[in-house]
Amino acid sequence: MSAAALRPDLAAIAAMIRPGARVLDVGCGDGALLEHLKAKNVDGRGIEISQANVNACVARGLAVVQGDADTDLLDYPAQVFDAVILSQTIQATEKPRVVMDHLLRIGRRVAISLPNFGYWKIRLSLLTGGRMPRTRTLDHSWWATPNIHLCTLADFVDLTRECSATIVEAHALNNNGTTSPMKPESLTHGYLGPNLFAQGGVFLLKKV
Amino acid sequence: MTEAPRFLRPVTTPSANVGTAVTFETPLPLDCGRTLAPFTVAYMTYGSLNAQKSNAILICHALTMDQFVASDNPITGKPGWWTPMVGPGKPIDTDRFFVICANVLGGCMGTTGPADTDPATGKPYGLNFPMITIRDMVKAQKRLVEHLGIDKLLAVIGGSMGGMQALQWAASYPDCVRAVMPIACAARHSAQNIAFHEVGRQAIMADPDWKGGEYQLHDTRPSKGLAVARMAAHITYVSEMALQQKFGRSLQNRETLSFQFAPDFQIESYLHHQGATFVDRFDANSYLYITRAMDYFDLAEEHGGQLSDVFRLNSARFCIIAFTSDWLFPTVENKRIAHALNAVAAQVSFVEIKTDKGHDAFLLDEPEMFATVRGFLNHAAQDLG
Repeated sequence: MSAAALRPDLAAIAAMIRPGARVLDVGCGDGALLEHLKAKNVDGRGIEISQANVNACVARGLAVVQGDADTDLLDYPAQVFDAVILSQTIQATEKPRVVMDHLLRIGRRVAISLPNFGYWKIRLSLLTGGRMPRTRTLDHSWWATPNIHLCTLADFVDLTRECSATIVEAHALNNNGTTSPMKPESLTHGYLGPNLFAQGGVFLLKKV
Repeated sequence: MTEAPRFLRPVTTPSANVGTAVTFETPLPLDCGRTLAPFTVAYMTYGSLNAQKSNAILICHALTMDQFVASDNPITGKPGWWTPMVGPGKPIDTDRFFVICANVLGGCMGTTGPADTDPATGKPYGLNFPMITIRDMVKAQKRLVEHLGIDKLLAVIGGSMGGMQALQWAASYPDCVRAVMPIACAARHSAQNIAFHEVGRQAIMADPDWKGGEYQLHDTRPSKGLAVARMAAHITYVSEMALQQKFGRSLQNRETLSFQFAPDFQIESYLHHQGATFVDRFDANSYLYITRAMDYFDLAEEHGGQLSDVFRLNSARFCIIAFTSDWLFPTVENKRIAHALNAVAAQVSFVEIKTDKGHDAFLLDEPEMFATVRGFLNHAAQDLG
């Protein structure tokens, strides 16, 4: 699979992973990213909650364990992975703070992508419509959404501080499917900037 | 004067009843400290071995199964126990793979077991048969695999006790297996597992026809005890929900309660039937020995209780399958194996299949299981080039 076929946030994460690294992809879906990383000689493992997706991974020859980020990370020993990946999943976990702590414990680096609830279209939709916003990436009724812990990029930066993590790299996910580097300070200072204009973010973290 | 050969050549004898049987004269050292010699392994093969001898898959059978995995059982006349899984075009595709399945050591379908004649006495072994373990069973299978000229198996696959053997293969002969697929099993027998087995064994030994294990000499069979053992065990193979849905409190061929102890309920008749058909095809002493082997199974024991250490530096690929409603070998026990493998960076996948069919789901038509097995084996075979 070529990088072009990867989802933009996954492509950005893939670029953060060094060749030959040992990687755990938490919520690896059908294994597209792990498969892509194989070409970089990455020794990949996955955790995935959906059985159909696990089957797809097994058929691709990937080592994937059916499980849940909220409960199964506990069983992984500390610092065994060069990088742990969590793509578009943190907002769907029951305890994002606990999950973050586990990710930072298990991996020397944590690559994470998430939707930005501070994106201007979402803000505008709530302001003008007075209803829970629905977007292309967050397309669920409020009562049926798996995304129970949505946050803005600024909120996420606060959480990284809470977890004593350092942001090594940060990229904004733009509406047109491109990514652009951003400074973490630009998220928490001022009203304009990626916290308003980015649809999502991709971060590379390490424990301080 | 010629010296006796160090390893006597095994003798292969085809037999209509047990498939192929090979007898090994070289003694088999057992975990209990005794040795077994000579010993016979009865087996079936399906498909053909390729020139590189790289497409062999060993299937390990469960407690009461046998080598007739994909062909009619000569005793019962019924189709092989894993016909939905094994055959041409099936997930374990005999058009591509050479499938081997051997009756386990201690069994009663041609491989040496307690019903066979003890060469030392000329009488059936009975309780003089040495205690065997899962590792001993695997040791015997290794002899068979070597006899067939195979250095490295493409895969070892098995459900329940077969899964234990698959794990033991990975532990004992890590360089001889490329892929390991334990289904609905555990790395050790739990207290509850042992408890159910002990109920079964006590039922057999309480039957007056058991005669201290020497029933063959008295021309009797402890059929009642063995049937009760099977009835108790059968309950553990199905889920509570499936039993309730299938039988509930339905009465058997009657409108009202009889106020007697004859079977009133359908579930009672069903269990009686399970017991009655079992005694026609299984030896009571074999049941004692094989259940004991399962009870003794604790893969981590030889590594100081650290399951991870069993798999250190293991280069095989593992795929573990559990079933949601299996309470005999529940998901958590299967997952323990996956975690142990993960902890030492082994290649492991774990799949939990949603089903209400309980432990026996691995024998039944479970499309998701078939898809997993097919996908895993396709990829394992692809690795061969």
